[in-house]
Order: sequence, then structure tokens, then C-alpha cells
Amino acid sequence: MTATVTLVLLAIGTYGLKALGPFLLAGRPELPAWLTRLSNLAPVALLAALAAVGTLTTRQDLTVDARLGGVLAAGVALWLKAPFVLVVIAAALTTAATRAVTG
Amino acid sequence: MRHTEQDVSKEPTPRRRARAQALSIALAVTPFGVAFGAAATDAGLETWQTAGFSLFVFAGSAQFAAVEILGDGGSVAAAVTAGLLLNLRSVAFGVALVDAMPASRWKRALAAQLMIDETAAVATVQPDRDTSRYAYWFTGLALFAMWNVSTLVGATVVASSADLIHDLGLDATVPAAFLALLWPRLDQPTHRVVAVAGAAIAVLTTPFVPPGLPVILALVTVVPSVLRRETTS
Repeated sequence: MTATVTLVLLAIGTYGLKALGPFLLAGRPELPAWLTRLSNLAPVALLAALAAVGTLTTRQDLTVDARLGGVLAAGVALWLKAPFVLVVIAAALTTAATRAVTG
Repeated sequence: MRHTEQDVSKEPTPRRRARAQALSIALAVTPFGVAFGAAATDAGLETWQTAGFSLFVFAGSAQFAAVEILGDGGSVAAAVTAGLLLNLRSVAFGVALVDAMPASRWKRALAAQLMIDETAAVATVQPDRDTSRYAYWFTGLALFAMWNVSTLVGATVVASSADLIHDLGLDATVPAAFLALLWPRLDQPTHRVVAVAGAAIAVLTTPFVPPGLPVILALVTVVPSVLRRETTS
């Protein structure tokens, strides 16, 4: 139920944001500066937070496990300018290998 | 770089080049689609709900964020807020893509649903308005098809066993995907500060506040920059 409500609200809200430009702002030369800054910066904060929480927490506990190695491997792959596919594969392989070795 | 007429005739036509760009990006998002399908199922979503996210939300980072937050026991409000804030950039895309939008209202309503990072990226680098429109539709439809098919594969084939997700290290692909989405934005010092501070706030508040909230709290790091008074371009 929670997932369905989230799905409906997020779908409506996301479509609204996507349609805002083509339908309402088409004549405008540019967005207000604060909105441009927010739309540039909010994803940076959120993506970093999501990556960190997804790596270092389990439910409400701080945890260090095989995921950390996987995400670090992804970071190295990104550093080496690897394509997205390889980044994801590097993360999965490193994590899987760590688990296979440490049980 | 400028080309003479002769050079241009030897190159692939702009449309062909746009198709090649679109298809390579569509292939690149496939593992993310699979990872999303698996992650959503892992977070407790039914297959139809997972498919619904990819069909009706159709915005990778927001979908991942929402199901991650739900999977951790977060509220609808936290999941929707994080998802919508991640998609604020579509407003900016919409303004940048005015030329790529079809003239007809109905077509524009459909085109809006396809507005994501990848369509914006491909459509805005085309040489003229016609190619731009073509590239927008082609990229959008190719991505839409691949994203939804790969989501279903992730939700049905890959997620059929929780052990498989754990043993194959697929749970690490979600934070890795967030990192990959974040990476190109770390080219500016301000962004690096916001990213590191946001990550620290989110992790350190996790034990003390309800699930989903730590990610939202990370947004305090953008407040100083957003409220900055000066009108730099």
C-alpha cells in the first residue's frame, strides 16, 4: 500500500516537473537563479547521501561490510573513466568476491 | 571544428549519429534497470508496482531513491520528497529542450514523459532543430523500452532469490549506481563539498532519525549556496 501511494504520488509529481518546461515555461528565457542552483545542487547532496547510506548502513545501524569494497571498486572504475556498465559490474563482482572469501 | 561540404558527406548523417548515441546510452542503462528491478523487489515491492515505477515515473535516480527509502522502512513523504527533489532538474531540462519539443500539444504531453538526463543529453548536442527533435524521440523511446524491459528482468529473473542478490553482490550495485550518477557532477569544488557533507550528515544521522529522513537532511548542505544573494550566471 505504501509503495502504491508512493508510486502514484511520485508519478504525478515527476510528470508535473517534466511537463512544466514544455507547457508553462516555453516562452521564458531562463529560470530564476535560486531554482537553477537548487536543481543543480539538490541532486548532488541527495545522490551522495543515498550512495553513502546504501553503502554504510543497514536499516538504522552503521555497518561496514562487503558493500564498501564494491562501492570503492565502482569509484576506482569511475576514476578510470569506465563506462557505466563496467562500474556496476565492478561493484557486484568485488562485493561477491569479498563475500565468497569471507563467507 | 569546421568541416567542408565534402567532409560532411563522408560522415554519418546527423540522424544516424543520433541513433548511435541513443542506442549506446540505452545499452548502458540496462544494468541499472536490472538493478532497479532487483532492488525494488528486494525492498518488498510487487512486480506490478516495480513495473509501474519504470513506466509511470520513468526517472532512474528518483526510482532508486524512492524504493531505497521504502525498503529501509521510510515514509511515503520521505520517499516522494527525495524522488521529486532529484527530478527538479527536469524543469531545467524542459527549458533547455524547448527547441526539441514537438509543436502539437498531444505529442508534447507524451514527449514530456520521456524527459530524462539521457534524452536531454542527446537532444541538446544535435546540430539543428530537426535532428534535435528526432534525437529526442529516438533516445526517449529506446531508453523507455530498454528501461522497462530490464526492470522486468531484474524484478522477475534476478530477484527471484534474495540469496542471489546477496551472493552476486547486487545490493552493492545500487549505491554504486548513485555514485556513478553523482560522479560527473563532482567536477566543481562546491559540488564536492556538498557531496561529502551531505554523505556525512546522512550516515551520521541514520541511527537517530526515522528511516528516509537522513537523505532529506543532507539537503541542508545546499542551503548556503541556494540562498546566496549575488547574481552570478
